[in-house]
Formats: sequence, structure tokens, C-alpha cells
Amino acid sequence: MGKIEDLETINGEGYQLTNLDKAIALARANSVWPLPFATSCCGIEFMATMGSAYDLSRFGMERMSFTPRQADLLIVAGTISKKLGPVLKRVYEQMAEPKWVLSVGACACSGGIFDTYSVLQGIDRIIPVDVYVPGCPPRPEQIIEGVMNIHELVKKESNRRRYSEEYKHLLGTYQIEIDQHGEAK
Amino acid sequence: MSQEIKDILQAADPANVATINFGPTHPSTHGIFQNILKVDGEKIISSEQTVGYIHRAFEKLAERRPYNQITPITDRLNYCSSPINNIGWEMTVEKLIGVDIPKRVQYMRVIIMELARIADHLICNSVIGVDAGALTSFFYPFSEREKIYELYEEMSGARLTTNMGRIGGFERDFTPVFHQKLQSFLKTFPKAFEEFDSMLARNRIFMDRTKGAGPISAERALSYSFSGPNLRAAGIDYDVRVMSPYSSYEDFDFIIPVGVNGDTYDRFMVRQEEIRQSLRIIEQAYKNLPEGDYKADLPDFYLPAKSDVYNNMEALIYHFKIVMGETELPVGEVYHAVEGGNGELGYYLISDGGRTPYRLQFRRPCFIYYQAYPEMIKGLPISDAVLTLSSINVIAGELDA
Amino acid sequence: MEKQNNQEYLTAVQAAFGADVLAHEEAFGMLNIEMTPSRIHDAIQWLQQHQDLSVNYLTNIAGVHYPESVGREFAVVYQLHSWKNNLRLRIKGYLPKENLHIATITDLFAGANWMERETYDFFGIIFDGHPDLRRILNMDDMDYFPMRKEYVLEDATREDKDDRFFGRNNNEL
Repeated sequence: MGKIEDLETINGEGYQLTNLDKAIALARANSVWPLPFATSCCGIEFMATMGSAYDLSRFGMERMSFTPRQADLLIVAGTISKKLGPVLKRVYEQMAEPKWVLSVGACACSGGIFDTYSVLQGIDRIIPVDVYVPGCPPRPEQIIEGVMNIHELVKKESNRRRYSEEYKHLLGTYQIEIDQHGEAK
Repeated sequence: MSQEIKDILQAADPANVATINFGPTHPSTHGIFQNILKVDGEKIISSEQTVGYIHRAFEKLAERRPYNQITPITDRLNYCSSPINNIGWEMTVEKLIGVDIPKRVQYMRVIIMELARIADHLICNSVIGVDAGALTSFFYPFSEREKIYELYEEMSGARLTTNMGRIGGFERDFTPVFHQKLQSFLKTFPKAFEEFDSMLARNRIFMDRTKGAGPISAERALSYSFSGPNLRAAGIDYDVRVMSPYSSYEDFDFIIPVGVNGDTYDRFMVRQEEIRQSLRIIEQAYKNLPEGDYKADLPDFYLPAKSDVYNNMEALIYHFKIVMGETELPVGEVYHAVEGGNGELGYYLISDGGRTPYRLQFRRPCFIYYQAYPEMIKGLPISDAVLTLSSINVIAGELDA
Repeated sequence: MEKQNNQEYLTAVQAAFGADVLAHEEAFGMLNIEMTPSRIHDAIQWLQQHQDLSVNYLTNIAGVHYPESVGREFAVVYQLHSWKNNLRLRIKGYLPKENLHIATITDLFAGANWMERETYDFFGIIFDGHPDLRRILNMDDMDYFPMRKEYVLEDATREDKDDRFFGRNNNEL
């Protein structure tokens, strides 16, 4: 868990200095709004993760955002078929920067046991993924670990990432064009 | 169709009709279903469904897998109650090869399957609560549901996609921990369940919201080949467990609850009562659990213990034959049905004697009854359509195969 | 009332449809009747309306592909259930690949709608008179019928698997 003491700071009587990036990142990491894109079996384990026994709200994440416009983290849990692929990409494009993607379960990561004509062999073929959680389905503990890895990424990420050429290039490899604010066109 | 709904449909002014997209990713669809609704104000005039968003080609996949490797595919049909699917498939193969299953295995299967039914109905009913605006009713039963997962874990090692049992029986006997956890579950669950029941069953707001939402008549339900709790809510007492008993269901005393109107409230109440009946069955089966082996004598299909494989030539050969799919199988066509969480879950298996099925078709109750959805929501407000969708318990894995 | 058994069903169907009953067998306790495809609709209607036989429930419809049997490459299998007699039966019709037409039974069972669409989607069997025969599970722009035996299961876009090690693409070996 991020605490203000964890930041690299210059402390003194009555003041504490850090850089803005780190302060913002700390705030962001502890109030991630997830968009659960739960399609199948992993969705039920995700429900268990949200439920009373595992309680995802301990990580500042009890507010599920069902609109992509107000979400920071896209949690893709379950099989994505080729028919659904364009829908997922559309949802990703609609999310505002900054945004992260957590791929939950073998199907979302690689197609899993469904090496079939109708299943997309991993969502990283259409959108960039930050953290992969393996398992068929992963246990709630694993999903929580994936979420905590996302938090670590969020804490480290620069505010300027989305303006970088690197980021533009990354999204370009997925045929996603971005404007000068880093938002998908 | 009632006169009231007819009036609504006739009064619809074409200029006021709006087309809205309900899904594929909509917060209240709990899965990926798309419905394009034509609405006049709040009232739905017509709807057009699109399914297949998580089509995973189970049937084609099953034609490429040896029989014991198909069990994991069945897990992912109705993943809220995977053990029923697993055991249903195992029984289909046992029917094909014609083997006598020990009484103890049958009773163990009944216990596991009824636990799965409870887990399935709990998800469905708690989600109806969520869609009616009661989030507490989701959290209460979920902590109880975790206990069922622990029981699965004790028997199979997995929580959700259990791959429970083997052709011919179980992988292991009930362990001491299982006994202890099942006994404590039987003690604590009824109280927790009645608490959940008391939150919704006679709750005035819940009743007002769900009564009359998404009704279907018995005749239409039958014509649509409904099965399971949705059919029983419409007033027809068809249950595979009673009609064609399998796995010794004829030994147990339980009733089949039926509804009257086939609306959301009836579906909710039928599922609630089925949970109570499932508990009764588990208690009876557990009390009378026969002594004996936890597996049938079936060396051609049942994997030998690992210690035997390493030390015993015969076991090694059987192990090799099973893993490589070298077992001889009868030629024939079998249909076997079990009462799944959502209704008659059938396996239509055509074997040509090869290592994989020639054709395996799953009769998936969701897929069959979801087509009635446009008819059920005609003339209702959108909020009732949401409740209807969650109360018929459409599971995407089962719907899209 | 006495419950009717398989033999009585068979006798009744044979008496009513005579030469259209092409073959029959009893497989694992379930009666299989093979009929002329064009007469299947009438047979199911007759069974549904019959007082004693009373076949009131359509369990499912399945397509099967037998590429090797010339002239009868595709089968359409109707599994029906009579609750009155608690008896299940199977009616089959074999179609040649040049003429994959069979009459719809959506007028008898509303639930046949999606079952027939699924069979069309997987095998390309055309149900004449179906109100809305489109693909259902697969994408609309798919240009083949995936459950036919000649089509491969695997996704063609994967490059990370060496097919030789999975026993696939045997013809290239």
C-alpha cells in the first residue's frame, strides 16, 4: 500500500518536498477505477474477488466503472472471440488517458485451451496489455496480485508518457491513432 | 399476450420510437449479450438479439479430444455449476461403454451435483437482487458460496472449473477435511440462507419490482423447449432428476417446486426452494452414504494411481493406453441428460469407435430458452428487461458454446 | 393408462408413414427412426398431435456430417420426448450434399428457431420456410461451415506452435 512516507522526499520542519509526478502517481494508484470486461468463467472468479471473502475494495477499487469514459483500468476477464474483438478495441479506444489493461485468465492472455477458429488468440493482438494473470481461471489471490502489479506500474509511470513518441509508436503497432493529448482518435 | 401489452404496442407512435443498443457490454447484462431494442419512451416494442460473442467451438473441439480430455471442456459450459456438467459427461461415456457404477459413487455424485446446484442458484438469485438494487443480497450469499468452493477444492483441487471426477468414479474418496467441511456447511448454511431469503423473498420493494416482470405462459415455455427452473416457474413440473432418474436420484425424497406466472418473482422463488430441496437431498445422501469404493473397476478408462504406474507393468500399460487414447470403444449413439443448473443439459454422442467422438452435441438449456427473451420483454419497461435477463440466468459459456 | 413403449411407437409410425420409414434401430434404449427427409415435418406434426403418442417436447436438433457416405453426406437428427409416456425418440433424415434442404419445424415448436439456425451455421443445412435463417454463433461474414469435417479446428493465425508436434497438418509431413 502506498503511504506518503514511501515517497522519496525531502523532509523538514513543517514541509515535505517531492516531485509532482510521484504525488499524482500515488494518488492514482490508490483510486483506480476498473472497468470489468468480464465475458465468461473468469468473470465469476472476478465476482468472487469483488465479493465479501476477498474484497477488492481494500485496494481502493470498489467503484466499478461500467462506462469506459470514466475508467482507468480495463480488466479483461474471459474468452474474447473474433466476433467480440472489435467491441473490445472500441471500448479500449473510448477510455481516457491514462489507462491500463489487466488481462485475466489464459483465454484473454493467449486463447488458452481454445485454439479454435472462433477465438482470438490473446487480446494483445488487438490492444496493448500491461499485466497478464495466468490461470484457467486464476484464483482471486492471483487476480489481486495482478491488480497490485498494476498499482506498482501506476506508481512508476510518468505523467508525460502518453505524449511520448514511444507511446505513439506502441499504439501505432495496434493501429490505434492518437491525437496530441494522447487520446485515441 | 395480454390486452394491456397489445394496447401499448398499438398505441406506439412511429415518430416516438427510438432504437437503443442494449449490450454487448452493458453493466446489467452480466456477460456479453447484445439486444437492439426499439422503444417507445420506456416501453419495449421489439428487440433483436445477437449471440455468439464468446463462441469457442466446443463441439468442434470435442471432435479432436479423447474422451477423458472432454471433461475440462464441459467445465466451461455452465461455469456456475461445472461439476454437474463434468459428471453428466462422465455418465454419458459410462452409458456408452455400459458399466455398473458403485452405489457409493452415485451418492457421492449426488452430493457434489446438489452442491453445484446450490452454488448456481445462489449466483443467479443474488444477481437478481443486485439488478433490483440490493447489493447486500450479493455479498451475503457470496461468503457462503466460498464454502462450496472449498468443498470442490477438497475434491478436485480447483474452485470453479473443477474437472470433477473421472470416467467411472472419482479421483479420490471424500477426504477427512471434506467430511468436516461438509458437516459444518450443512450446519451453518441453512441459517445464512434463510437470512438471505428474508432479505428478498417477502421484501415489498423486491416483490413490486419482480412480480409481472418478464412472464411467460406454460404453453409458450413448452413450445420454446424451456427446461429447468424457468420452465418450472411457468407451472410445469418437468425435472430430469424425476422423469429419467440417473445416479440413484430415485432413492431420495424431494419435491419439485413450481411457480404460477412464470415471471421473475416466480423464477426467484423456484430457485430458492430448489436450494432448500438440494440441501435435503445432500443430507439424505450423506446420511445414507454407502460403504464401498469411490471408483468403478474400469482399468481401460480410469487412470491408475501414480505409484502403481511407476512400480507395476500392467498399470503402466493402462496409463499409456488411456493417455494416448488407444482404448477400444463401442460404436453407437447415446443421448444422456442431467438436470443442470439451468435445465436439461444433454449430451448427444456419436461414437465411431475412434479415440475421439465422431460428433458430440451439447443440448444447452440457455441457448434454447434465451430465444424466448424478446417475447418475454415485449411491452415492458427497460428496467424489467434487465431483471428478466438476470432471472432467466443466461450463462454466456453455455449460450455460445 | 398403459405407457407406450418403443415397439408401439415404431408400429404406429410405420402404419402411418409406411414406405417413408427407411430404417429403424434401438440404440441404448432409444428408438431411432430414419425417414424420408421431405416427410419428417409431417411425421413430427403427426406425432405431436397424436392422442396416445403425444410427443410434446423437442429436445434438440443436431446436424452430422458423414463425408464418406456418398449421397447421404449430411444427417439432421431430431430428438423428441413424449412426457406422457416418458419416452425419447430420435428421427433422422439423410441429405445428399447437392441438396441440403429440409422443411423447418418452427411452425410446430417455437424453440426450433435457434436450433435450426445453429445447424445452418455449423453445417449449411437449409431449413425451408424458416422465418430468419442467418448465422447465429459465428460471424456473418464467415464463408464456410465450420463443423463440416474438412475444415480444421485450429486458428490459422497462430505462429508460435509447430504443427508437426501437435499432429496437425498431417498432409504436409
